[in-house]
Amino acid sequence: MNTIKGEKQIWLHLPMLILTAVSVLPFLLLVISSVSDEGSILRQGYTFFPDKFGLEAYRYLWNHSEQLARAYGVTVFITIVGTASSLLITAMLAYPMSRQDMPWRNATAFFVFFTLLFNGGLTPTYLIYVQYFDIKNTILALIVPGLLMSGFNVLLMRTFFMTTIPPALIEAAQIDGAGEFKIFWRIILPLSMPIVATVGLIQTIIYWNDWFNGMIYVTDSRLFSIQNILNRMLTDIQFLSESKFSSQLGEAAASLPSTTVKMAIAVVGVLPIMALYPFFQKYLVKGITIGAVKG
Amino acid sequence: MEQTKRPRRNNKVRKYGVLLFMMLPGLIYLLINNYLPMFGLLIAFKDFNFAKGLLGSEWIGLRNFEYLFKTQDAYIITRNTILYNFTFIILNTIAAVGIAIALNEIRSRIMSRFYQSVLLLPHLISMVIVSYLAFSLFSMDTGFINKTIFPLLGIEEISWYSEAKYWPYILTMISMWKGAGFLCVIYLAAIVGIDQEYYEAAKLDGASKWQQVRSITLPLLSPIIIMMTLLAIGKIFYSDFGLFYQVPLASGALNDTTQVIDTYVYRALMNLGDIGMSSAAGLYQSLVGFVLVLLSNYAVRKFNKDSALF
Repeated sequence: MNTIKGEKQIWLHLPMLILTAVSVLPFLLLVISSVSDEGSILRQGYTFFPDKFGLEAYRYLWNHSEQLARAYGVTVFITIVGTASSLLITAMLAYPMSRQDMPWRNATAFFVFFTLLFNGGLTPTYLIYVQYFDIKNTILALIVPGLLMSGFNVLLMRTFFMTTIPPALIEAAQIDGAGEFKIFWRIILPLSMPIVATVGLIQTIIYWNDWFNGMIYVTDSRLFSIQNILNRMLTDIQFLSESKFSSQLGEAAASLPSTTVKMAIAVVGVLPIMALYPFFQKYLVKGITIGAVKG
Repeated sequence: MEQTKRPRRNNKVRKYGVLLFMMLPGLIYLLINNYLPMFGLLIAFKDFNFAKGLLGSEWIGLRNFEYLFKTQDAYIITRNTILYNFTFIILNTIAAVGIAIALNEIRSRIMSRFYQSVLLLPHLISMVIVSYLAFSLFSMDTGFINKTIFPLLGIEEISWYSEAKYWPYILTMISMWKGAGFLCVIYLAAIVGIDQEYYEAAKLDGASKWQQVRSITLPLLSPIIIMMTLLAIGKIFYSDFGLFYQVPLASGALNDTTQVIDTYVYRALMNLGDIGMSSAAGLYQSLVGFVLVLLSNYAVRKFNKDSALF
């Protein structure tokens, strides 16, 4: 290996360790803040070394967990249903486009591709979804706008099908009498797990992290995802004290450990991604590389 | 011969019927989600009225645009959007290339991969979470900077969320924090792909490490750097809405330095209900954005045909 030698390696590790710290410390501050005592945060501010630790934020969330549990349910639901439908739609559109013998192949490709170049933007999209599809305050508002942001993933999958699946395989299956859908479902998809996993991962992260659709289409707090609750809590100071979090037991807003509760909900929202990251990190890196270099 | 023409077309539909049917959900979706809004852009030329709807509202020509460009707004949002994006593109690229070169020199593959994974982590977090992280640092009363760092240095507390002048620096740092790791993955993959023989030859000639980086790594990396930069320039009229709206906590006091086209369109639509202004700014963004994508692709194509989008 042609790398810098011996003791000089330290001069590479040192800056990297600093950058690693810069990447991770904000998260650490978040976690420590969430397990700090409310009083000590009010005195010291958010700090890595609070005078006193305390779990009252989490106890509070646990006791008033109805809305939080609901929001978690919403997030998990839209992530699973959204990712599955998105994958299915993407693959079903990409596969026929990848077939050399498909009629109107170029026209379809252009139709998909043009969405990468030009888009209507927020205002008409919002008005069309709200006026003609009546999507406001429905669970669909959190799923439908994210299914295919643009044709990008479709083109990514099409390239994969074109470059890894030999046409002879499809012909052989046709000769054996398999129908087109069976070929797609039983042969193409199982052979394409790498790209399915990559696109699936991208969509999962998009749905888990999405707060924008909730912000513009949803005002009913029963349909809030975790991200929407977080979003509202930070920009709308009243939200935490007015919502079900405190009204449930008729508790005085004063007893609400709001500075730590905020951080605790943020931890709860980001935890699944952090916990699973070591396992999917490899696929993510692969996905970024093929996405950038686009076969 | 003439006879067979029609049946053949029917055969085509029959033969490929299943495949065509499979494509329908995706095509219909793109029609609704992407193409309808493109036609919906016409509302920029209308006096939009909810009761009359998109089609029924009255045409008013260019009046919405007159209002938009008469104010300072159009200038401010265009300036902010372009300046921010330019800064992000340059700084993120320098940081990412530098980190990628350093990571490639680290002998321990495990550590190198570890650093890369950690640096990529911020990329996965939603902007809402980022705004919490920023809040824990910049909050006036409880922020880490005001409460821990400034007292150590003997500096007065700063009310970050009401002083516009600090935000160009804050937003740039956050953009680097969140984006450099992502770009770094791409550049590192490109560096790893460079043929080792170049370096072997350079070493035989007695080239120092620095000389190798300057005369081998950077030149061989430049096609992908140029390509990524051109693609980013194609998107320079669009910005990350969350970064500019959510992270400054939607604070109006910061508008001078945080208002970009995307946040302007959003505020006009959702907060002011001024659909004329919002759609005019939106059309302006879509059209200029379209031209920029075409131009950048034209440039990429000149430069390296394989990397062009079309």
